[in-house]
Amino acid sequence: MMASKPGLTPFTTFASVAVPIDIANCDTDQIIPGRFLRRSSTDLDYDRILFHDLRFNADGSEKDFVYNRAPYREGRIFVADINWGCGSSREHAVSVLTANGVRSVIAPSFGDIHYNNCIKNGVLPIQLSSEHCATLRRQLRESPGAEIAIDLDTQSLTGPDQTSYAFEVDAFDKHRLLNGLDDIGLTMAFEDKIADFTGAYAKRHGWAG
Amino acid sequence: MGKTLFQKIWDEHVIHEREDGNALLYIDRHLTHDLHHRLFKVLQSKGLTVREPGKLFGVPDHSVPTTAKTVEDIPEGEMRETVAGLQQAADDFGFHHFSMADERHGIVHVVGPEQGITLPGLTLVCGDSHTSTHGALGCIAFGIGSTEVEHVLVTQTLWQRTPKTMRITLTGQLGFGVSGKDVILAVIKKIGAAGGTGYAIEYAGSAIDGMSMEGRMTVCNMTIEAGARFGIIAPDDKTIAYCADRPFAPQGEKWDEAKAYWRGLTSDADARFDAEITLDGGAIAPMVTWGNSPQWVLPVTDRVPDPSSETDPQVRADMEAALDYMDLKPGMALSDIKVDTVFIGACTNSRIEDMRAAAAVAKGRTAKARTLVVPGSGLVKKQAEAEGLDKIFIEAGMEWREPGCSMCIALNGDMLAPGERAASTSNRNFRGRQGPGSRTHLLSPAMAAAAAVTGRLTDVRTLIEED
Repeated sequence: MMASKPGLTPFTTFASVAVPIDIANCDTDQIIPGRFLRRSSTDLDYDRILFHDLRFNADGSEKDFVYNRAPYREGRIFVADINWGCGSSREHAVSVLTANGVRSVIAPSFGDIHYNNCIKNGVLPIQLSSEHCATLRRQLRESPGAEIAIDLDTQSLTGPDQTSYAFEVDAFDKHRLLNGLDDIGLTMAFEDKIADFTGAYAKRHGWAG
Repeated sequence: MGKTLFQKIWDEHVIHEREDGNALLYIDRHLTHDLHHRLFKVLQSKGLTVREPGKLFGVPDHSVPTTAKTVEDIPEGEMRETVAGLQQAADDFGFHHFSMADERHGIVHVVGPEQGITLPGLTLVCGDSHTSTHGALGCIAFGIGSTEVEHVLVTQTLWQRTPKTMRITLTGQLGFGVSGKDVILAVIKKIGAAGGTGYAIEYAGSAIDGMSMEGRMTVCNMTIEAGARFGIIAPDDKTIAYCADRPFAPQGEKWDEAKAYWRGLTSDADARFDAEITLDGGAIAPMVTWGNSPQWVLPVTDRVPDPSSETDPQVRADMEAALDYMDLKPGMALSDIKVDTVFIGACTNSRIEDMRAAAAVAKGRTAKARTLVVPGSGLVKKQAEAEGLDKIFIEAGMEWREPGCSMCIALNGDMLAPGERAASTSNRNFRGRQGPGSRTHLLSPAMAAAAAVTGRLTDVRTLIEED
């Protein structure tokens, strides 16, 4: 697959085969091992780095890992366990998701920095209860190739058995994702306020300059 | 209702607040390291500039070989390009840069406080999760991703949701042989690796008051391992004494102004926290991790836990997988675990106090495992050498290296072989963190030195005597 960064592709509705990732506290070192951090996300084989050491042996042969198996290999929605993306702030952990076309991760909780990194790259992190995530993962294990459909506008998703789940998302994050907005563009509109603040702040806290 | 320390600093930096609670914050200090060098090329390609280069500080640390003294010493290749790339960016954009040849060079989270770049009351960011370290000085410091780094470069601001607040009070005083590392490992054991997610954690109480600045930095450093991006400790006399006369700290009248302001940076008596946790600091023992999450940690006097006694099937399966990866048997004494390598260093534990604690144990003994001692900065190295600590390590058969992140993230050639087991003062025991197939036990510098001289995990209190 071509490595590409959808970046600011708006997120409205999305449906895909979903992949159960049964790893609690799946840290960003598992999502992309540290030794790949100097690689460029424009490298053609960047998609292979996702879960690299969980997927490949030292000789490059494949391990028995869910994301290596059809039809999961085509899955672009992950259902994970608690504390997905904890650890390092490496945004590469989102770049390897987008390099594989992954647009959403559903989990009971997320590492805070990784969560923000997802939002900035058009990947929707969805928080559902541990019970609901466990149910979804079980259904996906039992029915390989089953799909999940997400509607960000109505903040709902439909599981493999057509059960609907509502989810919360921060209003600002939702606005950015729905419209594919980039933060620098948004912030530029506040230029006058930033300049005013900076002047007043320098007077208030001259020591901090 | 009163305000927390965190809210006071936060409010002082809000440029604009949206109705949904997201705020545009002004950023006082931005630290950067070699792994972000590509971003500056992106800026150039977009025709963007760095808004306040005087507030940006670059230090190459992740890709720095600990056998090299200058960039020219690094063999041609990825590491050298990365380190040279940051230097080039500093030249192009005019920000502060501490090159490898500069004695002020080191790990970004050691250099910031050491140079007085980090100060109470500030907002400070860096594209590295262990930026939480700096909160020990009483500032809002947090790790960000590279898109956010770019945003700060261009605007000197950042959009942030207001975090919830948690106060962790550590009562009593730490016992003999117990340090900041043991405190934070005990905190993570108590609240879990996701216990602090969504929170800013303020540490308070007599055990924190009694702790050195170095110890406080260790506590705040691993706050991210409890899930929280922010750790913060109210500035006190120790903090102010620590900051005084540092090169980038305010001087003269500005110093007096700063000091007066910092004195007010405490949580008000009637401030409300979203969560309150209390731990008996006096009951904390030297800790060591046994699994692949920092929450899987026990006092060194304990035994490897038995998954069969765990009732939650998911947790049981995770424990079994961790024991399998770590090649440990349920019920074995932690002190029976033999180690192949010992690493003393990383932004968690590479400051002068850490070097002293390790040297006190190493003195007159011989290492039974390969041991790397990597000071956190050139200035820590110089101070340690002035105190003769380098000789103690070298006489014990340990390697005394140049500063850098080294074996914490294993991006500089310092790494473990597959299956190798380390006692490490770093912050993460994740699978493969110190090299593919590596096995990591996290512990304090004194405990690491104890493991080095005995060849196994050892209660340091059995090797040293109380003063």
